[in-house]
Amino acid sequence: MGAYAYRAPSSVEEALSTLAAEAAAGNRAQMLAGGTDVMVQMRSIDKGPRTFVDVKHVAEANELRIGDDDVFIGAAIASAVLNENDELKSILPGLIEAADLIGSTQIQGRATIGGNLCNSSPAGDTIPALIACGAVCVIASPGGEREVPTEDFVTGVGTNVLEPTEFLVGFKIPRPKGRSSDAYLRFIPRTEMDIAVCGAGVALTLDGSGVCTAAKVSIGAVAITALVVPDAAGALVGTTVDDGALAAAADASSALAKPITDKRGTVEYRKKVVGVLTKRAGAIARDRALAL
Amino acid sequence: MSKQHVSTTINGDAVEFLCEPHQSLLDVLRDELGLTGTKEGCATGDCGACSVMIDGRLVCSCLMLGVEAEGVDVTTIEGIAGADGLHVIQEKYLEHAALQCGICTPGFIVATKALLDRNPDPDETTIRYWLAGNLCRCTGYDKIIRAVQDAAQNLAYEA
Repeated sequence: MGAYAYRAPSSVEEALSTLAAEAAAGNRAQMLAGGTDVMVQMRSIDKGPRTFVDVKHVAEANELRIGDDDVFIGAAIASAVLNENDELKSILPGLIEAADLIGSTQIQGRATIGGNLCNSSPAGDTIPALIACGAVCVIASPGGEREVPTEDFVTGVGTNVLEPTEFLVGFKIPRPKGRSSDAYLRFIPRTEMDIAVCGAGVALTLDGSGVCTAAKVSIGAVAITALVVPDAAGALVGTTVDDGALAAAADASSALAKPITDKRGTVEYRKKVVGVLTKRAGAIARDRALAL
Repeated sequence: MSKQHVSTTINGDAVEFLCEPHQSLLDVLRDELGLTGTKEGCATGDCGACSVMIDGRLVCSCLMLGVEAEGVDVTTIEGIAGADGLHVIQEKYLEHAALQCGICTPGFIVATKALLDRNPDPDETTIRYWLAGNLCRCTGYDKIIRAVQDAAQNLAYEA
């Protein structure tokens, strides 16, 4: 029973009515962005018929707005397009480097950070980076728009808060003010194109004398979902993000991590390395903020 | 489910085709349109043998639905050579023996074209990272890198 179909709505309104119609007809609908996960899964672990609803023609999901107070990144924008935007890269270097870490040139040409989040893998590289920079998910819903902080979006391995009649339009990210910056690091056994053993995103703000006034730390691939590490942020705030503060932040990340042992690494190894990544990402974010 | 009608442009020509909604662009190119220069290696986006350009951007055609080609400009390996013979990139791949079995070669050549269109003078590191999504199990890559460098020099000389 059932069949494959493809729809390409051009607006949020049209996309929502497409999703509602598919749901009412008892069909499974799947949003399609870059397709770099969807296409692979369709041929392997998830072959069932469905209606693809292509988000790439939805005008709002292609918007990229750099405002005075916040930045909006549409869910349909390919990583390569983000990476070619110098202004965006200078404002949110950590987020863009996380997106740039995913896949080859070919994958970058299609893959989106919206798709990376909606795929909801524990190892999604952009997820800790989005959380660290305070990204809020803008979700189109039959009842209107709703906003969900990125740390509350993913609910389990491959699952998230989206209802079948909803979709992710994009991300609203507070524009970093003054001496604020971010960084993301992941560890893989090779130089590129692999799934994270673990990852760490750090965003922080320094005052005029270099003292950290705000920080957010998130770690990935060390639990079912990316985690916020309040104690790591707490270890940085009020310091000049010196070696001692970074070591305390590293310990906080290692302590909070709840990884599994698999072919990519053991529990002990991941807990250790996620601390090291926290320390190093913190130092990079600090140096970037100091350079502003 | 009935097939879907798609209007697109492939290598400069207006093309219309019918395909299943879940058929990949790679399968459409090869099985519906007879453009068999584009190869299937892994069909999971890891090997780059199926590389094509969509509106000038390098992508894996195995990770794209045929229906997503509606209204775009597709460049395949068949569109690289000119009416008067091989493209410089193709000549340099031959000259440097940058291929052995040849399965990966169309993908490498399309990827090289996409690189040199954007960056006419890439350094070796840039070339190696750009081509990291194209796997070759025969050459060991060095000859490919030399061919790309030589092609870049020739293109710069011609320009």
